Amino acid sequence: MVYANFLLMKEEISLVTVIVILLIYDIFGSPKSLKYFQPTACILVGIHILLNIWPSPDVTAFGGMYHSTAMGGVMKSILSIGTLLVFMQANNWLSSERAIIRRGEFYMITLATLLGMYFMISAGNFLMFFIGLETASIPMATLAAFDKYKQKSAEAGAKYILTAVFASGLSLYGISLIYGTTGTLYFEDIPAGLNSSPLQMMAFVFFFVGLGFKLSLVPFHQWTPDVYEGAPTSVTAYLSVISKGSAAFVLMVILYKVFAPLVNEWQAILYWVIIASITLANIFAIRQQNLKRFFAYSSISQAGYIMLGVISGTAMGMTGLVYYVLVYMLSNLAAFGVIAVVEHRSGKITIDDYNGLYTTNPRLSFVMMIALFSLAGIPPFAGFFSKFFIFAAAAQQGYYVLVFIALLNTIISLYYYLRVVKAMFINKNEQPIARFNSDNYSRASLVVCSAGILLAGILSIVYESIGMFSFGM
Amino acid sequence: MEYTILILILPLLTFLALGLLGTKLKPTTAGCIGTLSLALCALLAYMTAWQYFSMPRVEGVRLPVTPFNFEWLRFTQYLHIDLGILLDPISVMMLVVITTVSLMVHVYSLGYMHGEKGFQRYYAFLSLFSFSMLGLVVATNIFQMYIFWELVGVSSYLLIGFYYTKPEAVAASKKAFIVTRFADLGFLIGILLLSFYTKTFSFELLTSGDTSLFAGAAGTTFMGCSVMSWAMALIFMGGAGKSAMFPLHIWLPDAMEGPTPVSALIHAATMVVAGVYLVARLFPVYYFETPEVLVLIAVVGAVTSLYAAVVACVQTDIKRVLAFSTISQIGFMMVALGVSGMEGHEGLGYMASMFHLFTHAMFKALLFLGAGAIIHAVHSNEMSHMGGLRKYLPVTHITFLVACLAISGIPPFSGFFSKDEILTATFMFSPVLGIVMSFIAALTAFYMFRLYYNIFWGKESTHEHTPHEAPKNMTLPLIFLAVVTLFAGFIPFGKFVSSNGMEYIIHLDWTVAGTSIVIAAVSIALATWFYKGSNPIPNRLATTFSGLHRAAYRRFYMDELYLFITKRIIFNCVSRPIAWFDRHVIDGSLNGLANVTQWLSYSIRGLQSGQVQQYAYVILFGSLLILIVVLLIM
Repeated sequence: MVYANFLLMKEEISLVTVIVILLIYDIFGSPKSLKYFQPTACILVGIHILLNIWPSPDVTAFGGMYHSTAMGGVMKSILSIGTLLVFMQANNWLSSERAIIRRGEFYMITLATLLGMYFMISAGNFLMFFIGLETASIPMATLAAFDKYKQKSAEAGAKYILTAVFASGLSLYGISLIYGTTGTLYFEDIPAGLNSSPLQMMAFVFFFVGLGFKLSLVPFHQWTPDVYEGAPTSVTAYLSVISKGSAAFVLMVILYKVFAPLVNEWQAILYWVIIASITLANIFAIRQQNLKRFFAYSSISQAGYIMLGVISGTAMGMTGLVYYVLVYMLSNLAAFGVIAVVEHRSGKITIDDYNGLYTTNPRLSFVMMIALFSLAGIPPFAGFFSKFFIFAAAAQQGYYVLVFIALLNTIISLYYYLRVVKAMFINKNEQPIARFNSDNYSRASLVVCSAGILLAGILSIVYESIGMFSFGM
Repeated sequence: MEYTILILILPLLTFLALGLLGTKLKPTTAGCIGTLSLALCALLAYMTAWQYFSMPRVEGVRLPVTPFNFEWLRFTQYLHIDLGILLDPISVMMLVVITTVSLMVHVYSLGYMHGEKGFQRYYAFLSLFSFSMLGLVVATNIFQMYIFWELVGVSSYLLIGFYYTKPEAVAASKKAFIVTRFADLGFLIGILLLSFYTKTFSFELLTSGDTSLFAGAAGTTFMGCSVMSWAMALIFMGGAGKSAMFPLHIWLPDAMEGPTPVSALIHAATMVVAGVYLVARLFPVYYFETPEVLVLIAVVGAVTSLYAAVVACVQTDIKRVLAFSTISQIGFMMVALGVSGMEGHEGLGYMASMFHLFTHAMFKALLFLGAGAIIHAVHSNEMSHMGGLRKYLPVTHITFLVACLAISGIPPFSGFFSKDEILTATFMFSPVLGIVMSFIAALTAFYMFRLYYNIFWGKESTHEHTPHEAPKNMTLPLIFLAVVTLFAGFIPFGKFVSSNGMEYIIHLDWTVAGTSIVIAAVSIALATWFYKGSNPIPNRLATTFSGLHRAAYRRFYMDELYLFITKRIIFNCVSRPIAWFDRHVIDGSLNGLANVTQWLSYSIRGLQSGQVQQYAYVILFGSLLILIVVLLIM
C-alpha cells in the first residue's frame, strides 16, 4: 500500500474534507452558531470548486483502480457547481420548521452522493465503478424520502430504492458476466478480451441497465415521474441534473474506453433507446399538469438528447455531451429554482397555478421563460448551441435519420415547454400567485443560472475550453 | 493600440445603458451620456489615426495592424469566424469619418430632437448604430463584416422608423429593411461561395495577392461565368443595396422620413458608403481576379449617378433632393473604384474614391444638418414653403452655401479636389465615361444651386411665425463641418490612403480641373439665372417637356415598377403557391404530427401505473428485448 497514492485523489480528498468539517460542525456546533451552517456549507463547497477548477492531468493510482482524466475533472467541477446551486436553492426549504432539524443531514447525504459520483467518474475498475454507483444511489433514496412524514415523499423514497436495487442487481450481474468472459475487471484490460459473443452481449446489456436507470432512459425510466413528483423539489433538481449528468458521462467513458470493440452493437442499442426515450417522454410530457412530473418527462427526453453525444463516439461528441450537461444543468436548475420558490411561498405546483404569474412576479417568469427556451433549444440561449453541437456530432457520423427524428421531437417539446410560458404570460387568471420577494440565496442561484444560459452559448470559450480536454475513440 | 477595442465597447455599453435605463433618466442626461461617450470614441479614433499614420512604412507600404482578434466560432479546420479589429489606412480613415460625423449628429440632435417623445430611445439607437458601423469598418474578416452589416441594417431600420406612429415612417423603415435585406441575401451567398472555395474569411488572406486561393472558384463555371465572378458580383450586390445603387436605390429617398440628423448620419455619411467601403476592402480581389465585375461596378455607378442627378433636378422636397444627390455622389465613388488600377499612377481612382468618400461625408452631413435647421425653422420639407430665408438663418445660410460650393466642385472647397481626381481617373479610363461624368458634375452644380436659391433667395412665402436661427448646439456642428469642408481639400490624402499602400503623389491635371471648374461655374450661373429671382423659364421648360418632367419627378416610375413586379408578379405567381404549400403541406404535416402525438399520448397513459413491480418487469423485459434484438440483427 503506497499511502502517497491517496494524495493523487485530490478532488475526492477535498470533498471528503468538506463533508467531515460539516459533520463536525453539525454535531458539535451550538444551536446559535448553527445559524451559519448554510452559508458555511456553501462557502466550503465554493472553496472546493475553486481549488479543483483547473483539471489536473491524467492520474492512475492504486494499481489502476483509480484513474482520473482531465475531462473527468471538468465534469466533476460542473457537478460540484450544480450541487452548490442546488444548496443555494434548498436553503429556503431547509429553513422551514419541518426540515431545519435535519438540515445538516441533507448536506452530508447530498455530498456523499456527489462523492460516489466522483469515484464513479474516476473509476478504473468495474468494482470501483460499482461502489461509486451505489454510493451515489443509496443515499439518494434517503434524500427522496427526506420529508418522511409526507406520504408522497416516503413513497418516492421507497420506489427509488426498490427500482435502484433491482437495476443495480442486473448491472452487477452483467459485470460478473464480464469478469467471467474476460477474466478481468480493469477497464484497461477488458477490451482485449471482448469478442461480441452472445454471453458478452448479455453482460453488456445488463451492465447498461444500471446506468440506463440512473439516466432514466426508456425502458428504465418509469420510476422517474413518481420519484420526481414525490421528492422535495430541491432533491428533484439534484436528481434531474447532477445524478443524470454524472451517469451520462460515466456511461460515455465506459462505452468509449471499455466497450470500444463492441462499438457497432452499442451504437445499435443506443440508436433505438434514444428514439424511444425522446419520443415516448415527449408524448407523456404533453399531458402533465404537475410541473415536477412535467420536468421528469422533460428530463427523460433530455437524457435521450444527451445520448446523441455518446452515439457519435468522437471527440466532438464528448465535448458536446459535457457542454450539453452543463447547459442542461443551468437551464433545469433555473426552472427548478423558480418552482422551488413558488412552491415554498404558495404551495402551488401545477401549470394552471402559474397562469398570470407574469403580472405578479415578472422576474421569476422571465427566468422561467429563458430556462424553458433554453431547454427547448431556441437561439440565442445556450440550449440552442448545446443541441446544435450534439446534433452536429451525430450527423457527422452519418446518423441523419436519428438527428431528423430528434429534430421532429424538438418541435413537440417546443409545444409543451411553451405551454408553461403561455400560462405565465398569456393566460388570464383572477387570482394569480401573489407577489413575493424570494430570498437572497435563491435569487443568487437564479442569477447565476440565467447568466449562464445567456452567456454560455455566446461565449465560445466555454465550449472551446471543454473541447481542449476531450478525446474520442 | 489595444485601446481601439474601447472604440467599439463604449457605444455598445452606452446603448445597453440607455436602452435599459433610458426611461429612468432625464432626457437631457441621456443625451449628454450618449454625446460624451461618442466624444470619447472620437478622441480615441483620432489617437488611433495619429498613431497609425505616424508608424513608419515598411518598404514604402503601410502595413495593416490587428491589435485585437479572437476566434469566435470554428466550422472546420480552415473556416472559422474571428472577431477582431483590423487597422489599415481605409479602416482608420473610416473610424475618423464615422466618429466625427456621429459626434456632430449627437451634438446637433440635443437641439433638434429637444422635447421629442422617446429622446432616450433615440440616443440609444444612435449608439447602437455607431457601434455597428464602427464594428463594420474594423472587421478583420468578411463574416464579421456581415454580422455588423446586418446590425447596421437593423439600427438603420429602427432609426428610420423612429416616429413609429407615422405610417409613412413605418412604411419607409420596412422598405429600407426589406430592400437592403434582399441585397444582403446576395451578399451572404457571395460570402458562402467565396469562403467555400477559398477556405478563408480573412480579409488579410483574401487581399494578400495569393492567386492560388482563388484557383478553385475561378476554375469552376456556372451559367457562363466563373464562380469567382458570381461570388464577387453577389458580394457587390450587398454593397449596392446598402449604397443605394440603381436599381436597389428605391429605399433611400423614402428613408428621409426618419429624423433629419439620422439622415445626415446614416443616409449621407456612413451607412450608405458601406458598399463603397466593401468594394474598396476587397479591391485587390476585384482587380486581380474579376476585372469584369469591376467594369460592372463602374457601369452601375455611372448609371446610378446619372439617373439620380436627373431626378434630383426636379424634386421639390429638400431632403429628397439631398437624398438623390447622395445616391449620385456614391455613384461617383463606385465609378472611381471601377476604373481604378492597382500600381502607381493607375491607382488614382481608388485614392480618389476614398478621398471623395471622406470629403463627401463631411459636406453632405453639413447639407443634411443645414436642411434640418431649415426644417426646424419653417416646419416643412417643401421648397415652395421656403424662399428668402437668408435673412432669418444667417449661419445656416453661409454654411449651406459652403457645402453647395464644395459639392459643385468649386475650389478651394474640398469637393473640388476629390471630384476632380475622380474625373481625371475616368478620363484616363475612357474619354466617353469622362464626358458622362463631367455632365453629371454639371447637373450636380445645377440642382444644388436650384436648391440653394429656392431656399434662401426668391420670393418669401408666408410663415405662421417668423423663422428663427437654430440654437447654438445645432449651429456649432454646422460651423465645424463647414470649416472642415473648407480645408479638407488640402489634406495630402495620397500620403495616407492608396490602392497599394505606397505613397501616392497627387498632381492636379489642370486641363480636367479647368474644364470642370468652368462647367460648374456655367451650371451655377444657369441656376442663378433660373431661380434667383422669379424667372418664368423653368416653369415654361417644365410644361414644354411635361412628359420628361413628370417622369423625372416620379423618379422614372421605379417605385411603380417595383410594386408591379412584387405585387402582381411575385405575390401572385410565387408567393401564393408557396403560401398554399406552407399552409396545407407544411402546416398540415405539423398539425398531423401534433394530432398523432396527442392521440398517442392519450392512448398510452395507462402504461404509467405507479406500481413498482410493474416498473421492475419493464426494466427486466425491456433489457431482455434489447438483448434479443441486438443478437438477432448483429
